Amino acid sequence: MADLSMTQGVRQSQASKIALRWLLYSLLVLFALFYLMPLFVMITTSLKSLDEIRTGDLIALPREVTFDAWSTAWSSACTGIQCEGVRPYFWNSVLIAIPAVAISTLLGAMNGYVVAQWRFRGANIIFSLMLFGCFIPFQVVLLPMARTLGIMGIAGTIPGLIFVHVIYGLGFTTLFFRNFYVSIPAELTKAAKVDGAGFFRIFWSIFLPLSLPIIVVTVIWQFTQIWNDFLFGVSFSQAGTQPVTVALNNIVNSTTGVKEYNVDMAAAIIAALPTLFVYVVAGKYFIRGLTAGSVKG
Amino acid sequence: MSPILEINNLYKNYGSTEILKDINVSIEPGDFLVLVGPSGCGKSTLLNCIAGLEPITSGSLKIGGQDMTHVSPKDRDIAMVFQSYALYPTMSVAKNITFGMKVRGVDQATQERKLAQVAQQLQIEPLLNRRPGQLSGGQRQRVAMGRALVRDPKLFLFDEPLSNLDAKLRVEMRTEIKALHHNLGASMVYVTHDQIEAMTLATKIVVMKGGVIQQIGSPSEIYNRPANLFVADFMGSPAMNLIPAKVRKNGAGTHIEITRKDGVPIVLTDTKTENLPEDVILGVRPEDIADPAVRIGGHAQEAECLIDMVEPAGADTFAVMQLGGKHVTARLHAETTARPGQLQKLAFDLGKVSYFAPDTGLRLN
Amino acid sequence: MTKWLEEHTPKLVLAPSFIAILVFVYGFIAWTAWVSLTRSRLLPRYEIEGFIQYERLFDSPRWDTALNNLFIFGLLFILIAMFLGLILAILLDQNIRTEGAIRTIYLYPMALSMIVTGTAWKWILNPGLGIEAMVRSWGFEDFTFDWLVNPEMAIYTVVLAAIWQSSGFVMALFLAGLRSVDGEIIKAAQVDGIPTWRVYTAIIIPSMAPIFLSAFIVLSHLAIKSFDLVIALTGGGPGYATDLPATYMYAMAFSRGDIGQAASSAMIMMMVVFAIVVPYLYSELRSKDG
Repeated sequence: MADLSMTQGVRQSQASKIALRWLLYSLLVLFALFYLMPLFVMITTSLKSLDEIRTGDLIALPREVTFDAWSTAWSSACTGIQCEGVRPYFWNSVLIAIPAVAISTLLGAMNGYVVAQWRFRGANIIFSLMLFGCFIPFQVVLLPMARTLGIMGIAGTIPGLIFVHVIYGLGFTTLFFRNFYVSIPAELTKAAKVDGAGFFRIFWSIFLPLSLPIIVVTVIWQFTQIWNDFLFGVSFSQAGTQPVTVALNNIVNSTTGVKEYNVDMAAAIIAALPTLFVYVVAGKYFIRGLTAGSVKG
Repeated sequence: MSPILEINNLYKNYGSTEILKDINVSIEPGDFLVLVGPSGCGKSTLLNCIAGLEPITSGSLKIGGQDMTHVSPKDRDIAMVFQSYALYPTMSVAKNITFGMKVRGVDQATQERKLAQVAQQLQIEPLLNRRPGQLSGGQRQRVAMGRALVRDPKLFLFDEPLSNLDAKLRVEMRTEIKALHHNLGASMVYVTHDQIEAMTLATKIVVMKGGVIQQIGSPSEIYNRPANLFVADFMGSPAMNLIPAKVRKNGAGTHIEITRKDGVPIVLTDTKTENLPEDVILGVRPEDIADPAVRIGGHAQEAECLIDMVEPAGADTFAVMQLGGKHVTARLHAETTARPGQLQKLAFDLGKVSYFAPDTGLRLN
Repeated sequence: MTKWLEEHTPKLVLAPSFIAILVFVYGFIAWTAWVSLTRSRLLPRYEIEGFIQYERLFDSPRWDTALNNLFIFGLLFILIAMFLGLILAILLDQNIRTEGAIRTIYLYPMALSMIVTGTAWKWILNPGLGIEAMVRSWGFEDFTFDWLVNPEMAIYTVVLAAIWQSSGFVMALFLAGLRSVDGEIIKAAQVDGIPTWRVYTAIIIPSMAPIFLSAFIVLSHLAIKSFDLVIALTGGGPGYATDLPATYMYAMAFSRGDIGQAASSAMIMMMVVFAIVVPYLYSELRSKDG
């Protein structure tokens, strides 16, 4: 008797467990659909013709797949008066992002190395000031920066945008490397000093070879930030030097002619592809950067 | 011969905190100097000052007769072994050992010759192509030693090199370091918090506390004639018994009176001690309180003690009692008849006791 | 000389970055603060006149809307994103076999530019061809979902898109927090027969207080800086209905040519950010020094 009721109880809880599992998985799938839906809609819309968009369903698959919208978005969509697609702006973004990422990462590595391993009086204060600099709303520097770039003669140029991204990326890159190097025992630097190595030798021979993971995290973080930037791009560029985010916004919001939703979507996907690619390839490092950038230390 | 290391009036401050106060030490070539003390006593800071890794606030420091006070570490002709070994993680063992020579521009052939020599000496030839991450603790320790040996310096510095090893390996490496010192005849400065390591390795010990040197001396001086209560308590295991006692002058000798737990005092007669104040702290090592049958000598004094506890420890048996209000340990032979709660006749070797002033803690005899 | 150089190399290496931060962050803040106290319009003027720009700012109905929107947007965005992030993290913490894949899906919007997000949602939410049209075509002729063009509701579309973009990130934060809770405490609770939901409410979630704080800081920071999303999704409209301080500042600086207003609104934004971030960073740095 006792045994029987026991097994019944177990069976019952087993059944409710399975039901709970089902509920759990359906909830997770439901949320996955919520996150995937916009991407799905973007892709299907970009593959439809305008006619099909007007007559069809938002979430329906394209009846007839066409890449016309993609080629228009890439090479002939209008961003205002010019109609060259997003291609030139895509390359602008590349030209801005690559040097800005490289320079800010290198400087961040050197700064982090100093702050973590070569402490001197005041180093902590300097680091705190640099860190606070990460958190300012950039609106507060827009006006003086616009004037300064003018004075420096690089207003509206790609070097000007590189400069801005390097300056305002320094705080984060320094933070990333500092937190990484702080976990490396100070005895390593001491041993190298006794061995006769100097500041740069120790950095080059001992710390840099150790830094691959944090370099990847920093490069991904900086690349995502700079590629996705809109505020600096729209404030400090001019007709020929705009980054892809600005061009995309101009295409979408241009009021001339027929609204080509499929071209908008194709342009949006093109603008998103590099960072999405990085996310898919190196998601682990991407997440590490996000959490390192928010939870200090 | 001039001292290999000479430190005069060295002070080290961090801001307004004094870390090291008036340090004066010198050692001869071939000496093995051990800096010992509890954590935070400044021993590692002193070692870093000797290495030039920490600037000193005032005073001077000579290595091999040359003033090195403001010289950077690489020019001091020293080598150092660290607590964490500090092996360069991305370099192979061979590269770790030759890195210093490479930095100093030693030619390839010499590098290889010296590497081979050191690898053979430390028996690490099979490890040369591995990364530090692939080595065991003991192997890393050897590589760190190799990196120091290859330098062939005037002075070797060791910063608690054995504290990350397990107990068995630590004893093995201790013996090996001692043999190394013997074979090389090199001068060494060694930091540890382990007083047994200090006793076994040193030719000269510096006991430190709170940034101040408490005593400098040979291991036997430190052990037998501690300069103050701190040294007496810190060096030796089990620690020296420090028993409050009253002194009564009595003709030729001196009566030393100690209260027993049951209120009855025990009285010991020291024939050679003069000029003691009335209140003293009597310092006596556990092995100097023994079974009367074992300890028979000119200075042995027998007294009846009330045993609280008996702790057999294999070769010896420790008896714990209360004298002068303190726990006192006696080291008896394994077959002792002492039983808890009973009175037991024990012999105190007054030839080896120390007397300390209760107020200053300084040695009196 | 070489000795001096050797000793000061670290400082010399850090100096350029530090000077850059001093000038381009702190110097620029000072410049903006100064200009916000002048009568600057199209060109900056440097005679201090007091708080007239701030008076103008708080008299302006457009700024009023912007602040109100920031309040609504910030509150809803932070609360919902945190709640959703926590729920998702707990759901994902139940030994899900496909956790890696699901996590990737939840988090990918964070890799997108706000402009892309805005563009996508603008298309999905547009009444003519988006969700509204789709549901109507299914036979629900009276269905309306016109938030995007409805001045009363447009700000909620910004909330929706922002949550879509950032909640996965909050989930990642919380998931890391859940995983860092001492496993032995949970085992002890299970041995004591405490049901799973009570383990979460009574033990795990309270021990994640620091993560709640971090998430709050990051989200509020994102909310105050929100600019691109509004530009791409609603352009601040209809009218000024979805203006935020960031878009107000930009409009004043670059299309209205009113430097004084731009500077004073930027200063208000910075004060809000600092009021939230400074105490947090200060305590973080202090606890780290110990």
